[in-house]
Order: sequence, then C-alpha cells, then structure tokens
Amino acid sequence: MKRMKVIASLALAATMLFGLVGCGGGADKAASSDSTDSAAATQEVSDEGKVLNIYCWNEEFKNRVTDHYSDYTETGSDLAEDDNGDVAGTVEGKIGDVKVVWHITPSKDNAYQNNLDEALLNQADASDDDKVDLFLVEADYALKYVDTDATMSVEDLGITDEDTKNQYQYTKDVMTDSNGVLKGLSWQGCPAALIYNRDVAKEVLGTEEPDEVQEYVKDWDTYRETAKKMKDAGYYMTATANDSYRVFSNNVTTPWVDADKNIQIDDNIATWVEMSKEMVDAKETTSEAMWEDQWKTGFYPEGKVFNYFGPAWLFNFSMGADDEGSVANSGRWGLCVGPQSFFWGGTWICGATGTDNAGLVGDIMKTMTCDETVLTEIVNDDDDFANNSVVMENFANDESYQSEILGGQNPNKIFCEGVKNIDLSNISSYDQGCNEKFQEAMKNYFDGNASYEEALEQFYDKVEATYPALSH
Amino acid sequence: MSNSKNNAVIKYNRWGYIFLIPFATAYIIFQMIPLITTIYNSFFENYRDGLTIIGPNFIGLENYKTLLESGKLLTYAKNTLIMWVMGFVPQIVFSLLLAAWFSDPALRLKGQRFFKTVIYLPNLIMASAFSMLFFTLFSNVGPINSILVGTGILKESYQFFNHVWSTRALIAFMNFVMWFGNTTILLLAGMLGIDTSLYEAAEVDGANATQIFYRITLPLLKPILLYVMITSLIGGLQMFDVPQILTSGSGDPVGSSMTLIMYLNMHLYSKNYGLGGALSVLLFIITGILSLIIFKAMGYEKGVKK
Amino acid sequence: MEQTNMKASKGMNIHLRRIISYVVLILITIMCLVWFYILFINSTRSHAELNRGFTVVPSTYLLTNLQNVLHGTLPILTGLRNSIIVSVISAVLCTYFSTMTAYAIHVYDFKGKRIAYTFILAVMMIPTQVTALGFIKLVGNIGLDDHLGALFLPSIAVPVTFFYMKQYMESTLPLSLIEAARIDGANEFYTFNRVCLPLMKPAVAVQAIFTFVSSWNNYFIPALVLHSDEKKTLPILIAQLRGADFLKFDMGQVYVTIAFSIFPVIVVYLLLSKYIVGGVTAGGVKG
Repeated sequence: MKRMKVIASLALAATMLFGLVGCGGGADKAASSDSTDSAAATQEVSDEGKVLNIYCWNEEFKNRVTDHYSDYTETGSDLAEDDNGDVAGTVEGKIGDVKVVWHITPSKDNAYQNNLDEALLNQADASDDDKVDLFLVEADYALKYVDTDATMSVEDLGITDEDTKNQYQYTKDVMTDSNGVLKGLSWQGCPAALIYNRDVAKEVLGTEEPDEVQEYVKDWDTYRETAKKMKDAGYYMTATANDSYRVFSNNVTTPWVDADKNIQIDDNIATWVEMSKEMVDAKETTSEAMWEDQWKTGFYPEGKVFNYFGPAWLFNFSMGADDEGSVANSGRWGLCVGPQSFFWGGTWICGATGTDNAGLVGDIMKTMTCDETVLTEIVNDDDDFANNSVVMENFANDESYQSEILGGQNPNKIFCEGVKNIDLSNISSYDQGCNEKFQEAMKNYFDGNASYEEALEQFYDKVEATYPALSH
Repeated sequence: MSNSKNNAVIKYNRWGYIFLIPFATAYIIFQMIPLITTIYNSFFENYRDGLTIIGPNFIGLENYKTLLESGKLLTYAKNTLIMWVMGFVPQIVFSLLLAAWFSDPALRLKGQRFFKTVIYLPNLIMASAFSMLFFTLFSNVGPINSILVGTGILKESYQFFNHVWSTRALIAFMNFVMWFGNTTILLLAGMLGIDTSLYEAAEVDGANATQIFYRITLPLLKPILLYVMITSLIGGLQMFDVPQILTSGSGDPVGSSMTLIMYLNMHLYSKNYGLGGALSVLLFIITGILSLIIFKAMGYEKGVKK
Repeated sequence: MEQTNMKASKGMNIHLRRIISYVVLILITIMCLVWFYILFINSTRSHAELNRGFTVVPSTYLLTNLQNVLHGTLPILTGLRNSIIVSVISAVLCTYFSTMTAYAIHVYDFKGKRIAYTFILAVMMIPTQVTALGFIKLVGNIGLDDHLGALFLPSIAVPVTFFYMKQYMESTLPLSLIEAARIDGANEFYTFNRVCLPLMKPAVAVQAIFTFVSSWNNYFIPALVLHSDEKKTLPILIAQLRGADFLKFDMGQVYVTIAFSIFPVIVVYLLLSKYIVGGVTAGGVKG
C-alpha cells in the first residue's frame, strides 16, 4: 500500500502566489482548486523580480541568449578581476534592470536534476530573488517536470498557439503534460537520419548518391541484408549496436511505463534486441557503448564503419571534422533518411511556477523559440536545426546551403523530410533511466554473458532501484 | 602525599574532556545527526517519484526484508570482498617488501628518497581521471590490445571489460596502484618511530635481514599494520569511484563488479531514503563485524587494556 | 677462514638482493609514473587527435588547450583558489584536532574514556556515503549550503585520522615526556602544542597529505553542496567541462585541466613528503 503524498508545488505555489497578490486568506481554497489555472491568475503581478535565476547544465543556452537575445548583456562578476585579467567568470548578466544569474550544474551523476529538484521543492519558501525562474530540460526526463505543477503552461507566459504553429510537432509532444497542456518550448529541432561513409557505399554498394543508398537501407530487412554485404566486404555496419537504439526507441507505440507504473517492453525495443544480437553475433557490429573509443573508430577510414545514426550536430561537431584525415574532414559522409526517422538530443525551456519574472521568462521563450529572424540567425551562426518548419524549408530549398562534411549535400532536405514523421506521444518521465539501463543490461546478452531473460531481469532490478515507484 | 598526587591527576584528567570537545562537537553535528536521520529513515517508506515525494510512511522492517530477500546484497558484498582481496593482497605484500627493503640497513639502497616519493604519486590523480585513462588503455581499440595483437600474442583484441575476471582484475589492479604507496608510506612512517638502536643491536648480535624483519620490524609495526588493515578494509567496502567509472556505473559484466556502495548509490540516485537508509545500516553492521574480526585476530584487546 | 667465507657468501647474497630490489623498484617506478606521462601526452593533444586513439608522442596543443581553458567561461583560477582553501583548511583542521583527540585519549584517564574510544573506533567503519543524504539536509538547515565551510568544518572530526594518530602515539609518545613537561610547570595546552605535536610531525605530515589529497579530489559532496560558480572546486569544473555541450566538448581541455589540477597536489606532496622520507623523528622518541 503506497500512500501518495504529493508535495504540492500546487498547494504551496498557490499559497505563495496568492500571498503576493495580498489575499493570503484565500490560499486554502486556491490550493484545492485545479492547478493549471492557478498560475495564470498571478502571471501579471509576479513580474517585478529583480533577479532572473536560470538553471541549466551547460553553456549552450547561455551562448544562444548572449548572441541572439539583444537585451541581454553579460556583466561578468567580481571574479573577472582576478590576477589574470583575462579570466572571465561570467556567471551573471543583465536584462534591463534585472540581474540574470546562471546556475550551471553538470548533468554528471544526476547532479543537475538533484540541484534543480531541491530548488523547485523549496520554490515556495525561497525569497523572490532566489526563486527559479527558468530552467532547461532534456527530452528523456522532460515529463518528470512537465507533468507536475513545477512548470508553467506557455499560454500563461503569454505565448499563443499562433506563435508556435510552425514549431515541429514532436518538440511540442515532449513538453505536453497528461492533460494536454503545453509546458515548454525549444529553439532547436534535432531530427536525425542515417549518416553513411560515401567511400564505403561506393565500394560495396556501387553508388554514393543519397537517393540510391537509401534504397539499401529503406527498411530494417533491407538494412540487414546490406549489413551482411558490409561484413563480407570487411566493414562494420555500425560501430556499436547502440547506434541504432534511438531509431527504435523513438518510434515506440507504448511508453516504457504504463498508467499503473508497470514497466513494459515495446515490440520495437524487442525487435532492436533481436536484430542487434544477430548483428553482434555475425560481427556486423559490436556491443560497445557509444561515445567510447570503439564507437569513434568509424570517424576515420581505418575504422571501417559504414554508417552512424544522428542529427546535424553529430556530424558537425562530434565526428572529428577538424581533424585532417577524418572522413568528415574529407567531406566523405552522406546523409539519407534511413529505415525510420527519429530525433536525438535537444534542449527545452521551461518557465518555473512561482517565478517573479513571468513576463521576462515569456519574452525570452518567445524570442528564442518563435521569432523567425532570430531562428534564421541561429541556423546561420550556430548550425542548429531551428525548430521552425518555415525557416527550415527555406534552408532546405536554398541551393547555396551546403555541408562540406557531407560532400556538398544539403542536409536540411533530408531532415525536413524526416522531422514531420517523428511521433513522440509515447514518452514517459522515466525514459532516461529506462533507456540507459536497458542498453546497459542488453550488452550482457549481446556479449553472451547472460541470456535474454537474465539480462531483462537485470534491467528490471536496476530500473526499479533507480525508480522505486516502478514494478514489472 | 598519594592524595595530592591523585588530585593532580584528576586536575589534569579534566583536560581529557576539554581536548575532546572540538571533535565531539563536529562529530555530533556533521556525522551523528545525519547518521541518526539515516537509521530513523530506514524504517520508513520514503522516496521520490519525479518531483513527488512518497512517504514517509512507517513500515517497520519492511525495507530490510526487501533487501535481504532479493539476495542482491550478498552478491554485491561478495563482489566487493573479492575485488578488495585481489587488490589488497599484492598491496600489503609489496608494501611490506618495500618497507622492509627501505628499512634494511644492510641493503643500503641508493635513491631511497626518490623511490619513497614516487610510490605515492598515483594516489594524487583523481580516481575518475585515472579510470578514464585505464578505460582508454584497455579498450578494444586501445594501445594494450594493439600491442598484444601487434606482437602476435593475441589473434584479435581481447575485450577486457566483457569478461568477469579481467574486469575484476583491472579494478583490483587500479586499486593496488593507487593505494600501495599510501600503505608503504604508513608503514614507513611507523618504522621511523622504531628506535634505530634496536636494528643496530640486532645486527651486532648477527641477526640477518629476515630475522630482523620478523622479530623486530613486524611486531613493532603491529599498531600501524592494524591501522592499515582496518582502513584498507573500510576503503575496500567503500569501493566506488573506480568500478563506477570503469564500468560506466553498470557493474557489469552481469553485475559481477557491482560493489555495495554502487548499489547504495543507485538508491541515493532516486533519493530512496528508506531503502537507502536500511542498506546503509546493513553496510554498517557488515563493516562492524569484519572490523571486529580483524581487531580480535590482531589481538588488539590487550593493547586497549594497557 | 670459515668466517671470511661466510662473509663472502653474505656479501654475494646482499649483492643479489640489491639487484633484485633495484629491478623491482624501477619497475614499480615506471608503473607509478606512466600515468603522468599519459596525462601529459593527452593534454598536449587536440580533441580531434584524442578521438583518433592513443599515441606515445606528445603533440603541439598544450598551450592551445591551456589557453582555451583559461580564456573559457569556466572560472578555473577561482576553482583553483577554492580547492586550495578547502584542502589546506581541511588538512590543518583534520590533523590538528585528530591529534588533539588522540592526545586526550592517550594521555588522560577520565571517566567514559573507554566508551569514547570504542565509540570512535566503531563509527570509523561507517562509509561516508551512508550519511551523505542526511548531511546535505543538515547543511541546508544550518545555512552552510553553497558555503566552503560545509566542506572543511566536518574534517575536525575524522575518526580514521584520529585512529592513526592514536596508533602512532602508542609507539612514539612516551607518557614520561608529558610528565616531565608538567613537572617543568607547562600547562596542558602548551604541553600538547610544544611537546606532543613536534613529536608527531611525521604522522601529521602523512595525514595532512592524505586529507589534502582526498579533499582536493573530492567530487561527490562538493557537487551536492556547491552551486554558484564562485564557490566551485576544480573537480566540479572538470565535470562541467566533461559535460559541456557538443559545441564546446573538448577532451584536450579536460585533460589539460586534470593535469593543471594535479600540479598543486604534487607540490604539496613533495613539500610534506620530506618529513616522511627524511626521518625527522630521530631523537625525540628515545628514552
């Protein structure tokens, strides 16, 4: 028997907000009323804040704001005048009279979420200048915040459906709570596709043209046949089995966790296991983890890897494009849609319930994610894939937009094609842990150290330790 | 006369309390209170589900039952002990050997200062950085495999992290490299406390190096050896950083390098105060028993009484 | 005749043993230093080069990496300052008060002494991670959140260091010395500071190194306690570098920061190690 005691951002936040308006007596009533509306009532008054607290795990968003939100100026901090004049301890900035404080905690060991959770749970008691105003989340755990009253609906922040109509649906799926309320927005889309080595394609498949290569990887059966060809020619299909994981996990028909908090294995995930085991056994790929050395071998011709799966940021920034002799540096990667479209990565902006700067938070969100001029700037300056179909269609049809890494191909054509099909309605707040632990546990199966059932048992153990609320 | 002396002793002994105050205060604030909270929590169901806090609901010994019934605890305790022993045995052997050499007046090793200084250096590298290096070195495409394949010792690269014993051995080896210098320094510092005239006398009496080591060095080192054993055991039971980073937190293959603290860490991750608290208490009990065994085995009781 | 023979064989024996010792010591030295070499090599290489795998030859990016780190947005120098503050104060507090506590138990005879001693030995076994969550809660309650004090104040009470000091006193601090000081009219504080502490120098140096190094490399607790950039210590900044987004992710910078953060520890170690390897104790103990 688990009795649920919801630590109510809802009750507490409502109490606090009404306190601000000056009718504390009504707090109890407000607390028992429906949560989603309570924030709306207060939005106008809670805009007097002197300090804007932003929680994030790295400097990506800070750089975007610095470059593209014109009212923001960096003021640095006292630390800037350290012995070495050039040390920029830029922890603070300014928008008008409002001081902006960036709280950057690395995501390593869950430190970011721990820190944010504590701040959000203390939100009601915190003084105005210490309240979280805006925070960032990733898709894998977005629902954890979105499906609570810790996040404000974007409507309450003054952003209309009209403003967001050109944003890609999947980016809104991620941020929609179980009542269908949109709780956060992103400036970027991260549609991903199949990245293949043109030289290998030419040698083994006899063509390097994206449209023709696509025929060899158009569905998973064909993909497997091609993998066999690659193996016979001395190439790995992918560097690791986990490369294809997200393609499957982003296309599930059931979420990892059902309404009764039972863990369920989607058919698509099971298919990935089956396919990967066969491929590892056939030495068409390896069981290693991504981001490690084995995974990186394919960035170079000696690595003998045919393809990766990933979005623009992967080939632009993570595959050794600056390194002479790498496949990326010689512009020998190609891009095609692959067996299924999916997405990988991305950062979303949320407004924190209880913020004393709702107007400013709304304006930052709107400018950074809805303003097409800003978004076009972001694509041009930062190579992001902007979260706006109109902007991106323009880039897709722009013959002058070419990627040297892809041998002159315009990746946006492929991405724009794929991004429409991404369906993220089946996510849960536990995806991060489930995805991680599943890949981890299955490695034992791929390596032959455990049977599928044993590996699955291990997965359940670990997930249930990570999320005690779950069972199977 | 004896009366006045007693008074003096009592007067002095009051200082015993005074000197204990800083330690006691800091201990109560920073460790006792958190510890009591931990024990208290172990009787409750209390964890996070996202931003929702479940509990605390009093559930008695339910958490302990859950832990003991799953049987995982035993497996992870076994893993931890195996890896500790694998690292500790070479560590104590090498440390004693080095300490014996360094202290052997007949051997007159040159460059002692250099060697003594060098052995502790690995401990200065952050465990996480050290593990990163190891992971790179021993990966399938790493230099160790390149050498083994290149020289024809192996036909194809050996996947060190996909096999139970090679993973455990690497973890033990890392612990050995990181900590044997520490142990040697402790033993050396202990040896410096030994009166050198004892060695000289023994040498004059015609004792050889082995005899000096067993008859003089070892017995006099007993208090420090006991300290080394106990701290190494505590360190071993707390083993976390190295296996955590080397196996990316998985404790694989098939959980064979998952240690007790890694297991605890999984519960801390979810802020499972209840189950985590119960696990902490069990860990405390396990460590207590093991330490007691060592204290007894080393005949420490006598020392205390004296 | 017989005697000279024996001497000769003993000499041979020593000679052989010496060779073996040197061979083993050299191997061990290599095993200890190779990591620093690899770290150095890696910090001279660019991110792209690091991606390609491992080499034994240094590259040319050391200064570039270092400049990227120093000109980057992470306050590395502040981190260095914070790490030094925390580690130095921890080492001082820990060694001083542990010695004092051990002194209390070793020298005095008071009611409850056995209990206090047994208690400290018992709690020594508690893994630090066990109390971490309670500790964080407490830190928040007493207003030490995001304060360096939360990191060094607890080092006043470290049972393991106490235990070491106590063990060390047993073999090197004769009570007669204390008695003598009393007869000379010294008060107890004076005796502790001027008679006991100097005798404990090697032990203090050893524990100071251990404490300094472990708090220098500590990540777990600081990551939970420190939030603002001006308070962060080096391990957190390294984690932040490793967690940087794909645009800025640069292993070269990570390695150079690791190398950079190891230097101060090596300096402290070399400074203190002379007490350990030099043999300062000789003299005080005899008698």
